[in-house]
Amino acid sequence: MFFGLLLVERPAALGTYCHQNGVKTPMTNQISLNLDINGKSRQVTVEARVTLLDALREHLELTGTKKGCDHGQCGACTVHVDGERVLSCLTLAAQVEGSTINTIEGLSAPGDALHPVQAAFLEHDAFQCGYCTPGQIMSAVACIREGHAGSDDEIREYMSGNLCRCGAYPHIVDAVREAAKELS
Amino acid sequence: MRDFSYVRAATIDEALSAAAMPATMLLAGGTTLIDLAKCGVAEPERVVDISHLKGLDGVRIDGKAATIGALARMSRVAEDPAIKGEFPAISEALWQAASAQIRNMATIGGNLLQRTRCAYFRDPATFPNCNKRNPGSGCAALTGVNRSHAVLGGSSACIATYPGDLAVALTAFDALVHLGDRQVPVDDFFLLPGARPDKEHAMRPGEIITAISVPASPAARRSTFLKVRDRQSYEFAAASAAVGIELGGDGRTITDIRIALGGIATKPWRARAVEDALRGTAFEHDAIKEASRLAVEGAIDHGANHYKIELAPRVVERAILKIGAAA
Ligand SMILES: Cc1cc2nc3c(=O)[nH]c(=O)nc-3n(C[C@H](O)[C@H](O)[C@H](O)COP(=O)(O)OP(=O)(O)OC[C@H]3O[C@@H](n4cnc5c(N)ncnc54)[C@H](O)[C@@H]3O)c2cc1C
Ligand code: SF4
Ligand code: FES
Ligand code: FES
Repeated sequence: MFFGLLLVERPAALGTYCHQNGVKTPMTNQISLNLDINGKSRQVTVEARVTLLDALREHLELTGTKKGCDHGQCGACTVHVDGERVLSCLTLAAQVEGSTINTIEGLSAPGDALHPVQAAFLEHDAFQCGYCTPGQIMSAVACIREGHAGSDDEIREYMSGNLCRCGAYPHIVDAVREAAKELS
Repeated sequence: MRDFSYVRAATIDEALSAAAMPATMLLAGGTTLIDLAKCGVAEPERVVDISHLKGLDGVRIDGKAATIGALARMSRVAEDPAIKGEFPAISEALWQAASAQIRNMATIGGNLLQRTRCAYFRDPATFPNCNKRNPGSGCAALTGVNRSHAVLGGSSACIATYPGDLAVALTAFDALVHLGDRQVPVDDFFLLPGARPDKEHAMRPGEIITAISVPASPAARRSTFLKVRDRQSYEFAAASAAVGIELGGDGRTITDIRIALGGIATKPWRARAVEDALRGTAFEHDAIKEASRLAVEGAIDHGANHYKIELAPRVVERAILKIGAAA
């Protein structure tokens, strides 16, 4: 990406068009990004308005990160940026070029041992449908690392950004408590 | 969401020139801006990312004041040991806001400038009538679902509640909003809706928030933020109170008291009538209960939000009792 030259928009990539309502309009705001995701460097060309969540799911075949509300209200899209949990639905992909991004797919490699938080979620049956689970797990990993899993009340408060429509909350608290013990 | 271009500001000067340009919006944490762009409320043509600017994210405290950079993240400020020690109400207002994820993204400057959660405001496709979005178009909330709307500071044009928590604590302790060289008391920074609810603050075109500062005081050191809401966490305030108190040498006389309310007014609401009634008096439950009623002097309800007039004085009372008891 090109930094520093403020407010000089890049010219339309020649020959790039989008069809909206049957009208052919030039796509002026495509940008090419180099993203550091799960330890790999990934190239992607998207519209500037594309969120990190949509970039992951629609352009990078990383569909483990889920879209619940798309408005910051549910936590299903939680990923780590530079080691901290954030919401990928309210983050532009362009904002995190140059940062380190970790998604649920990067937590443990296929075939390897599960991350202790993943193992604890299995052990404690901390889900029903599983849709909120990747977000819960990414949030829990950070919650423990932050030191915010010291008591059940603290776990509830600091995991409140992850909703579970199936109401698996009691088991989620069990899993986070156990994983925190194991990781301490 | 409208298509827009994206650039990163490399210097504060670039951010300032961007702030003066039409159809251009600054992006800090993005938790308000991207949300409202998806709602079709914010329609920038250009988004200028200021979140990577250096030098605007510090927290500095000396004996006189705390100065917090506009780009400091909510989570960082909430956990700052000096803020916790000297301004507990600020730390509490921050950690009780939003969620851990949002607090890692959201900045102090962006937090002050968050927009109302009025459901009509947030849904232009379904509700064209909103004076805040579109001056002169009317107000769908006045006769609509207004359970979360303001009972104080409203006008016939708009009754949208200011939703933020931090600004309530800042208002109690006379913070200053730094707009580069110019500093505006936080109580003057936020405007009442009057006939122009689209004008929410005293920032001029081409200005940005660079920092906020809060004077240190014994009342700020002995302070708390009490937030009452529909669910225990990850919810906006139904009513909140930031309260700071200083007791005299006898441990009984209220020598200083600061009170501001949130969740019930169109801007963070300083409760000076309650402060004046209690300053100089003995710390005593009945008197505190009586004085707390003054917090909602002049309140007007719109039916569904009547409960706020009952709730707010109780929140003030409980916060004063809590902080007065915790020696
Ligand atoms: C689900 C949800 C729940 C929430 N709950 C709460 C809550 O309980 N309590 C609470 O207080 N808040 C709550 N919030 C609001 C949240 O705290 C704000 O969205 C956040 O603080 C905004 O900061 P930001 O850095 O992300 O701002 P952005 O979205 O980046 O910016 C917001 C606005 O401010 C402008 N701006 C940003 N920085 C500057 C600057 N330095 N100078 C000039 N202009 C600037 C931008 O152009 C934009 O118009 C919630 C939000 C969500 C989505
Ligand atoms: S209360 Fe204000 S923001 Fe809500 S619909 Fe009325 S004018 Fe718009
Ligand atoms: S999809 Fe991001 S918070 Fe719901
Ligand atoms: S397990 Fe179904 S939403 Fe949480």
